[in-house]
Amino acid sequence: MISDAPVLQQASEPAENVAAPSRLSRYARPLLGILLPLTLALGWELVVWLGWSNGRLVPPPSRIFATIAELARSGELVRHITATLWRVALGFAFGVVAGTLLGAISGYWSLARRLLDPTVQALRAIPSLAWVPLFILWLGIFETSKVALIAVGVFFPVYLGVMGAILSVDRKIVEVGRTFRLSGPAMIRRILLPAVLPAYVVSLRVGLGLGWMFVVAAELIGASEGLGYLLLDGQQLGKPAQILAAIVIFAILGKLTDWLIEVAAAPFLRWQDVFVRAKGA
Amino acid sequence: MLALDRVSKTYPNGVQALARFSAEIRQGEIVAIIGGSGCGKSTLLRAVAGLDRASSGTVTLDNEAISSPHAKIGIIFQEPRLLPWLSVADNIGFGLADLPAAERREKVARALERVGLAEKAQAWPRELSGGQAQRVAIARALVPQPEVLLLDEPFSALDAFTRRDLQDHLLDLWADTRPTLILVTHDVDEAVVLADRVLVMRPRPGRLFDQIEINLGRPRDRNSPLFENFKRSVLASLDRSLDRSVPDRDATQGPGQAMWW
Ligand SMILES: Nc1ncnc2c1ncn2[C@@H]1O[C@H](COP(=O)(O)OP(=O)(O)O)[C@@H](O)[C@H]1O
Ligand SMILES: [Mg+2]
Repeated sequence: MISDAPVLQQASEPAENVAAPSRLSRYARPLLGILLPLTLALGWELVVWLGWSNGRLVPPPSRIFATIAELARSGELVRHITATLWRVALGFAFGVVAGTLLGAISGYWSLARRLLDPTVQALRAIPSLAWVPLFILWLGIFETSKVALIAVGVFFPVYLGVMGAILSVDRKIVEVGRTFRLSGPAMIRRILLPAVLPAYVVSLRVGLGLGWMFVVAAELIGASEGLGYLLLDGQQLGKPAQILAAIVIFAILGKLTDWLIEVAAAPFLRWQDVFVRAKGA
Repeated sequence: MLALDRVSKTYPNGVQALARFSAEIRQGEIVAIIGGSGCGKSTLLRAVAGLDRASSGTVTLDNEAISSPHAKIGIIFQEPRLLPWLSVADNIGFGLADLPAAERREKVARALERVGLAEKAQAWPRELSGGQAQRVAIARALVPQPEVLLLDEPFSALDAFTRRDLQDHLLDLWADTRPTLILVTHDVDEAVVLADRVLVMRPRPGRLFDQIEINLGRPRDRNSPLFENFKRSVLASLDRSLDRSVPDRDATQGPGQAMWW
């Protein structure tokens, strides 16, 4: 998309004007998105600073950042972040492995799909939080039940994504593999894997998002550390700045980990970057 | 030699797509198969490619029965079917995975040169025009040097100018190693300009209706009166094939009688 516009202009305008519009839009567009939250935050800061509100229930940004800095200084912040990240990482790993394996099996063998998929779909219909009491009974209130809950949240989008991706691989391209007489493993490696990768990455990102959602649920239920614990602690002690601080950190971590997946996958998806480039422009 | 002996195909839904199709095709011969839509041309080609099995009858290449894709048989489809995640060069080298890397690179480079896309070696398929993509598909099919190349309406999605260009190009490439070409088309012009022999099919069920030898030297002049004559006789045969009142001339012959003229 980017490359088209300058070429069109080149015909009529001098060269130095060519890159200007696209470069402007490349930086201006993300900035546009920040404008609204930034204005609101600064506005609220001003309102509290002017004394029009005491900011007790809705603390101004400066107080939130002060809380974060305070937590960081005492070492609390690192402890909570580590605990939460570790839970998400473990739950994500288990969920992805299980979802990928079962999704691949269901996608590849129609017999397995007939056997497996109805059960998985039925389980999927259960709101995942309904498992919490059972997990606590089975696995205790400590780490295992939390990781299990997160893994359940991650599992379903990955399972569905992998199965759907395999089922929708273009028969015509599989036929190309057949005419070159690829063996089963070669067919998987050279045709199926690359073909399902884009959808797989999407399902990983959706799964990660759910992982972050479920870690909050897990930590709200009972934890002595973690960002979710900070939320609960802030509520019980009436410290809204601490709640908002935890929320901000959740947002940053969520975005960051999502970005990591995107960046890690990017080299393998360059072939389809028409879409990515258009999105970034 | 490629021998088709009473090849029939009935799909699971009961459609009889192909009935007792017999033909013998010499090594290096260019055969065009022409006929109305739905008369079983693709079905026939897929049976020869080993992609689908015939319900009855046999396809043999040099006395070897074909029931699954064979190293000596390549196929080009109507769509280029390039793998979008491989560069143009890697697409062309797709069938050469067993060769050492250096040899593969060299063959691919030569093929790229040959189809005039050397500067596109590292491009992605999505960056190619329709004609360029089909040229890559031709190179991909030819680079393992098949003895038989099947083409299922390979140029029908292209504009008239590109189509002519690729027809000439195909002949050019064919001359390198002279594989057997079996070209399905619904373009009379294309059949006459490329083929040594045109097989006319008739539908419901798909079967052989007529054969016309194109006794024209190469390169062929599309504007010569002789060329026009051959086009007219193919067209006439096509017309008759669609006329239900005209009986089959040779629907039930065995392979020995295939050369009925
Ligand atoms: N996979 C299939 N299942 C059922 N019927 C099919 C299938 N493929 C083709 N047919 C039918 O077989 C007949 C011949 O099809 P095809 O070989 O594709 O014709 P052509 O390539 O000459 O247009 C048509 O009537 C078509 O509807
Ligand atoms: Mg067809």
